[in-house]
Amino acid sequence: MTPPRPGAGAARDRTEPGTGSTGLTPAGLTQGAGATKGGIGESTLRPDGVLKVTGEFAYASDLWHEDMLWGYTLRSPVAHARIVSVDTSQALATPGVYAVLTYDDLPAEAKHYGLEIRDTPVLAHGKVRHHGEPVALVAADHPETARRAAAKIQVEYEELPVITDEASATGPGAALVHEHRTDHYAGHVPHPNVLHRQPVIRGDADAAAARADAIVTGEYVFGMQDQAFLGPESGLAVPAEDGGVDLYVATQWLHSDLRQIAPVLGLPEDKVRMTLSGVGGAFGGREDLSMQIHGCLLALRTGKPVKIVYNRFESFFGHVHRHPARLWYEHGATKDGKLTHVRARIVLDGGAYASSSPAVVGNAASLGVGPYVVHDVDVEALALYTNNPPCGAMRGFGAVQACFAYEAQMDRLAAELGLDPVEFRQRNAMEQGSVMPTGQVVDAPAPVAELLRRVKARPLPPERQWETSEGPDVRALPGGLSNTTHGEGVVRGVGYAVGIKNVGFSEGFDDYSTARVRMEVIGGEPVVTVHTAMAEVGQGGVTVHAQIARTELGVTAVTIQPADTRVGSAGSTSASRQTYLTGGAVKQACEAVRERVLALGRRRFGSHHPAWATAELVLEDGKVVTDGGEALAALADVLGDEAVDVELEFRHRPTEPFDLRTGQGNGHVQYSFAAHRAVVEVDTELGLVKVIELACAQDVGKALNPLSVQGQIQGGTTQGLGIAVMEEIVVDPLTAKVRNPSFTDYLIPTILDTPTIPVDILELADHHAPYGLRGAGEAPTLSATPAVLAAIRQATGRALNRVPVRPEHLTGP
Amino acid sequence: MDFLRPASWPEALAAKAEHPAAVPIAGGTDVMVEINFDHRRPEHLLDLGRITELREWDGDGDTVRLGAAVPYTRIVEELAGDLPGLALAGRTVASPQIRNRGGVGGNLGTASPAGDAHPALLAGGAEVEAVSVRGTRLIPIDAFYTGVKRNALAPDELIRAVRLKKATGPQQFAKVGTRNAMVIAVCAFGIALHPDVRGVRTGIGSAAPTPIRATAAEEFLAAELADGGHWDRRGPLPPALLRHFAGLVAGAANPVDDVRGTAAYRRHALGVLARRTLTWTWEQYRGEERTPTCA
Amino acid sequence: MRVTFTVNGRRQEADDVWEGESLLYVLRERLGLPGSKNACEQGECGSCTVRLDGDLVCSCLVAAGQAEGRDVRTVEGLAAEDGTLSPVQRAFVDAGAVQCGFCTPGLLVAADDLLARNPSPSDGDIREALSGNLCRCTGYEKILDAVRLAAARTAGTVDA
Repeated sequence: MTPPRPGAGAARDRTEPGTGSTGLTPAGLTQGAGATKGGIGESTLRPDGVLKVTGEFAYASDLWHEDMLWGYTLRSPVAHARIVSVDTSQALATPGVYAVLTYDDLPAEAKHYGLEIRDTPVLAHGKVRHHGEPVALVAADHPETARRAAAKIQVEYEELPVITDEASATGPGAALVHEHRTDHYAGHVPHPNVLHRQPVIRGDADAAAARADAIVTGEYVFGMQDQAFLGPESGLAVPAEDGGVDLYVATQWLHSDLRQIAPVLGLPEDKVRMTLSGVGGAFGGREDLSMQIHGCLLALRTGKPVKIVYNRFESFFGHVHRHPARLWYEHGATKDGKLTHVRARIVLDGGAYASSSPAVVGNAASLGVGPYVVHDVDVEALALYTNNPPCGAMRGFGAVQACFAYEAQMDRLAAELGLDPVEFRQRNAMEQGSVMPTGQVVDAPAPVAELLRRVKARPLPPERQWETSEGPDVRALPGGLSNTTHGEGVVRGVGYAVGIKNVGFSEGFDDYSTARVRMEVIGGEPVVTVHTAMAEVGQGGVTVHAQIARTELGVTAVTIQPADTRVGSAGSTSASRQTYLTGGAVKQACEAVRERVLALGRRRFGSHHPAWATAELVLEDGKVVTDGGEALAALADVLGDEAVDVELEFRHRPTEPFDLRTGQGNGHVQYSFAAHRAVVEVDTELGLVKVIELACAQDVGKALNPLSVQGQIQGGTTQGLGIAVMEEIVVDPLTAKVRNPSFTDYLIPTILDTPTIPVDILELADHHAPYGLRGAGEAPTLSATPAVLAAIRQATGRALNRVPVRPEHLTGP
Repeated sequence: MDFLRPASWPEALAAKAEHPAAVPIAGGTDVMVEINFDHRRPEHLLDLGRITELREWDGDGDTVRLGAAVPYTRIVEELAGDLPGLALAGRTVASPQIRNRGGVGGNLGTASPAGDAHPALLAGGAEVEAVSVRGTRLIPIDAFYTGVKRNALAPDELIRAVRLKKATGPQQFAKVGTRNAMVIAVCAFGIALHPDVRGVRTGIGSAAPTPIRATAAEEFLAAELADGGHWDRRGPLPPALLRHFAGLVAGAANPVDDVRGTAAYRRHALGVLARRTLTWTWEQYRGEERTPTCA
Repeated sequence: MRVTFTVNGRRQEADDVWEGESLLYVLRERLGLPGSKNACEQGECGSCTVRLDGDLVCSCLVAAGQAEGRDVRTVEGLAAEDGTLSPVQRAFVDAGAVQCGFCTPGLLVAADDLLARNPSPSDGDIREALSGNLCRCTGYEKILDAVRLAAARTAGTVDA
């Protein structure tokens, strides 16, 4: 038997197009018009699908190397403490232990890392700022040896008071989470425990409020959600003879990792070679580093390959979570149902380290009003430094929290005005040409009213589906298999919501991706190779890249190279951006390859046929073809022994930072919209919820792979359902310690909790984007949560201002 | 750590006598979690997997002797007629994978108040067959749970089986969890009507330091059913009776606030479960006269 | 300790096994069979699902020593010797039921077990049978599609 080897995980196998023969392609979608089979618009199958169903696909935790050691991380048992002393002598003396490292062993000048602000120590120094912060590392010959040795490391902590919320962070005499901030946000924040603050002010909210016939205010609480990707943080670091290190790891952004890793190792970037291993889901949780530096440090110290695999308990401490938030909103409207103004204050808990908090603040502030036209807006969003677990990226960040609150407000205001909640939203819905509260003009389709119309027009699922000839089917009832009701107390509710999410990195970030495309003849047939550093985390980017290459280059056989740092950055697999950015880079590189192939053709065959000079030429089915359909030459003949190889960078149009006082600015690249209708049945006596159906309508601009788009929408919807009714990392407010770091008590939806999710896909092209596509991954996570909440409110008549909703919120006084 | 693999029941008892701190492992669904998460490092693991009689049950006469390691899957499939309350509880245990491995011996050995079998065992009036090299004793279920995750077993004893009277009347089990499958009980309730002795027994899970019976509720209900002639008349139960019973069940609980739920909610939910499960069992009891069930 | 058992029809032996190791660890780290996945190691996700003497179990909760002399079937044993995918494997690929794929091996073993016991399950049956397998990517809709498709193809009611 052969143990898996590093690098075996990427979808590097030559892929052939295959279309599902299941008839699962949704009706009403334009299929790819290109003649080459397996191009864009088709539901081609994943190139890594077969490897994944046979168990051969090598995820980061599957990697193995001769003679490898196991790394283990000792973490802080308390949230905030001064480290008085660390004694590693007993651990080092343990047989089978090869290295024990603390802060004092760090080899380089740089000892901190971070996505934007380098505020996170590689290992704690002087104090710990959150529960589970890494303090020491062990490398040993077996995971149990490493654990036992780590247990012998003696760390003396002197506990400090914990900062857990806005009052303890910014109140008089508050201790500082970071004493000497020098980051570029430090200058404008009102308090050193405020990480970043962004107001968005437009018009005159005070004056507009005076014109309102109805005003509603509300305060909302959003719990801390975990990405709960199933593949735990893992990687294998292999020391190299040149003094460098090869790192095989599950991540979302290889080059961002590299920029953070190399300095603290004291190595130039070209001596840290990274390859993406199989990634078991991400959802934002792998944008920050976890074991990367630790594994490399241990490998370089011991001279041996080191594998680190977190277990689920450690995983809850090994990555950032979704920011919990407190949101205060005031909405006003005239009696004809037009919004007059919105005032809001959004306080996000960033936890102990910055991670992507600044961008989360920017999103919450700029998207805090939702997909509505409001002329007079006064919003501020801020993130706190606290001793709670660090929070950062998770699907839809910043926009998710706001959407829960503003959609609750829209329902309340509709009720106040006596209007249908969908009708009220439609009257205020933005459309192409509308102006955002940031002053940015929405210059692409924004079918907000239409999305709502579509979900509302769907027939409602039948009532009382639990009734069978053999009695109640508990699987279809609230409580499920637990047999809590046979129909007693069950009330149905229906709710609607819609949301807006930005696509891509905003606020002036130089967001680009790199693709290298090569065409050559192998075995007499033209073959295209696509090489990018895009992290395939399950979203299907590898599928789409092959489709793009087929469409643009008319070649069936496409090889997707493993993602690594031998090619330029692809940017992050996040922010719904990869199909736009890396897809765009692949498309542009293909276009450049095509031009060079045609030039080659003209040189070789131009004299044979006048069309080489006069006609529009395309590549189709392995041939150069005129726009009239006449084949001029086989690509194999055009290329001969030559390979055409292009690497280039692709950028979306530039954005600009938001003004720090007013929030004005063209900060976003593209907007993405989805709407949901939730149908729930609530056991009103026990407070248990069964979601019956969660229908989604979303505009994706262009569905490059309809099957994958549906999968994104259904998956995103389910994560929105999870935060609505069950998911929450519970942090003890007195100790700032995580109380439920396990899948026993952090619950994500099972197949019995997840309803049917009908998906209605619109394709209104955004002409700024490749193929007119619109980033699709995040929008469904926004509106699912408020739609479910609205449905539960309708069933129970309760106000429900916090998620997740717990049974006691539905039954208590 | 040593891994002891007795090939027979006497060998297992001898091993436990020699190593009283040895941790028995059968389905592994509790023990392995503790080992994987580094919560426990016993000197000896005592594997009971090769002892076939632990995975057998027999139902001669009016009693079922249920081997400690008969997996829940088989309890659900094979014993829904004789032990309906336990079979209903079994269906709510974790996941299919866990139900294929876990049995009542594990629930009893761990003695967590959240173990799904406990309310049904209490309501069914089980006896725990505790065996050591010194001999066998039958521990009434009421005396088995002695504290939070503590039980009445002596250090050298192993659980061989539980003995339960075959149901003489309807039984029910319901548990509240915040997910529709694979969830640990926020609270749970079991009820068994025993028409042969005109009695009622109950069990409460996850709402006190140990699994408990709602004794006052049982006594109230038994008296009401007798005084009202309900056993013979088989009429619907008065709403006030159901309400009072529910209140007594809720009152029997001694719950805490924890990450899974609040004490107040647990009390409230137990009242609802008590009312509903009593209604279901009573309706079934009433129906049995109209349409006698085949054995 | 030494542990000997059969995996996918082949006798396998592992030496120097620490007594606290799980069957999952032995499969993944000692026998070169990492198809069974390590998502939670507490029996709450089903990613490590294998068949042990025919029964569907979480291999993370089987102590290595408990596998001694037993017959284990893993995801690596689902396809035919010549590599032909089994009906559930084919259907998962075709229906788009695979995204990140980390839950897939466990779901395949569970779905295969379901269809062996119940060739034409209702949606309720599928949901109950797969309720011990968490998926974070798909929202389960395509997984339901895949199991329905595998059942229909096996029954011959749709083309394979």
